[in-house]
Amino acid sequence: MSIPANLKYAKSHEWARLEADGTVTVGITHHAQDLLGDMVFIENPTVGRKLAAGEECAVVESVKAASDVYSPIAGEVVEANADVEASPESINQDAYAAWMFRLKPDNAADLDGLMDAAAYQAFVDSEAH
Amino acid sequence: MPFIPHTESDIAAMLASIGVPGTDTLFDEIPVELNCGGLPGIPQGLSEMAVTRLMHGRAAQDGFYSSFLGAGAYEHHIPAAVWQIVSRGEFYSAYTPYQAEASQGTLQLLYEYQTMMAGLTGLDVSNASLYDGASALAEAVLMAVRANKAGIRRVLVPATVHPRYLAVARSTVKNQGIELVTVPYDEATGATDLDALDAIPGEAAALVIPQPNFFGVLEPVDALTDRAHARNMLAIAVVNPLALALLKPPGSPSQPSLAVPHPNPPPLAGEGKGGGGQGWGQKGADICVGDGQPLGVPLSSGGPYFGFMTARQTLVRQMPGRIVGRTVDLDGQPGFALTLQAREQHIRRSKATSNICTNQGLLVTAATIHMALLGPQGLKNVALASHANTRALLDRLCAIPGVERVFPGAFFHEAVIRVNSPVPDVLRALRAQGILGGYDLGRDYPERAGCILVCATETKTDDDLAQYAQQLERILSRRREAPPCAYKS
Repeated sequence: MSIPANLKYAKSHEWARLEADGTVTVGITHHAQDLLGDMVFIENPTVGRKLAAGEECAVVESVKAASDVYSPIAGEVVEANADVEASPESINQDAYAAWMFRLKPDNAADLDGLMDAAAYQAFVDSEAH
Repeated sequence: MPFIPHTESDIAAMLASIGVPGTDTLFDEIPVELNCGGLPGIPQGLSEMAVTRLMHGRAAQDGFYSSFLGAGAYEHHIPAAVWQIVSRGEFYSAYTPYQAEASQGTLQLLYEYQTMMAGLTGLDVSNASLYDGASALAEAVLMAVRANKAGIRRVLVPATVHPRYLAVARSTVKNQGIELVTVPYDEATGATDLDALDAIPGEAAALVIPQPNFFGVLEPVDALTDRAHARNMLAIAVVNPLALALLKPPGSPSQPSLAVPHPNPPPLAGEGKGGGGQGWGQKGADICVGDGQPLGVPLSSGGPYFGFMTARQTLVRQMPGRIVGRTVDLDGQPGFALTLQAREQHIRRSKATSNICTNQGLLVTAATIHMALLGPQGLKNVALASHANTRALLDRLCAIPGVERVFPGAFFHEAVIRVNSPVPDVLRALRAQGILGGYDLGRDYPERAGCILVCATETKTDDDLAQYAQQLERILSRRREAPPCAYKS
């Protein structure tokens, strides 16, 4: 199980990373892509959209399911990753390199409300039972 | 006896097991305002013998009329081979089979159907059919609203769209917070009023564009499509598929190299500049829907028919219904599979693109065989003969004193006349002579009282047209000489 220590995690299986410029990068976890299987389609939120924490904002579709992606924190979408839309399988290859979108957070401190790697590991383990 | 195997005690035991007092309680989560409180219009069941008697009685009412009635359902010749082939055991099923990929022949047929519809409408993708034309329009409205990233839940619908389609669309969207705004028509031309459209303020997710419209009139589809796109609306075409054998297709395929060739016909007399195989306006319509009945489905007192839907590739994930794709198996052999199923209710549950996406497998089978038998040229011949017959009928009818054309512009195979006697009386008198004279427009458009929508398809002979004109002239002249409601002074 791959859960990088430098990221924050949401219970809906997104990861978030605070960048040097104050934006927050969002993707789905290795565990999430593992459950979903081979990705075939990614729909990102449009740039400029304002998201609430936990708001449904993107869709990842695999050969066996389609799943909503939720914004881990509140903010405005400043960039959507066109590369991942063009190559959905890149999420399967490396879920932490294949980010989905970037947010300008309303409040960067909101990240503290998310899980760290250890808490997410425990959460994944608990869901397995 | 209801076809439910559970006895009362079975049901009581199951309810007791889950601790629920009655079956009604199982539906408690449905909001009260969505509960219509019973179906008072649905009568009690009948015995088999009573049903047989009822249906024989109704069948006898069908009679053997010479029909000039269109208004959304059209009498066309269906080659005997069509339903002979459809009735084969291999095809004879109403639905896409379960374990669909085990039925490669059925999937191939649906794939061929989709290819034909994509070619006819000039769009990239087709689904495997919907319920009927009216529900296809309702689904197109929902699809356009889903595709609208700004979350606008408003769609503009011309008054010239089939009134029944509009009624079904309204029923479907009214509890989903979607507003349908009517665009009035020009009283002189019978086509959508462009100035009135421009005068409607605010944003909308889509503009519906009928072609031909309910009056049979050809709409200014290029101007309407461009106006829709200029205001960030999708253009939803509602078409008679047979008319597309003559008129330019609504869509412009986004990948010309993959496009299915369109028969590329000359424009009808009076139609605007032909697009030479290009779609409506600068960019073409985005979604196209309609009723497939004219493609090999008998009138059958109003149904079952089937709806079709095609769209741009970029909208395919918002499309309702089943889609068959062509692929290769492990050995590299071509094969067919249901595709993009993540849109569908068995995967996407409450977020599926539709939960009433029944496809009309049997009728689509008939349509596919019908189109394959006729071919592009055959379809075009049927469309041309229908247009010519309606033109000849109008010449005959408008020569009768008291009859006039109402909208002067170009039409396909249906047009409006006005008579100088009450329409219900005139139609009743014609029916007594074995003629269905057309559709009373005053039923749906009070301002069109006195108007009849007439249609003469390729099934009519010169003699049929002469009969209609002769009877109509006789009925109108008799009414002039002896008005039925003479005033007593």
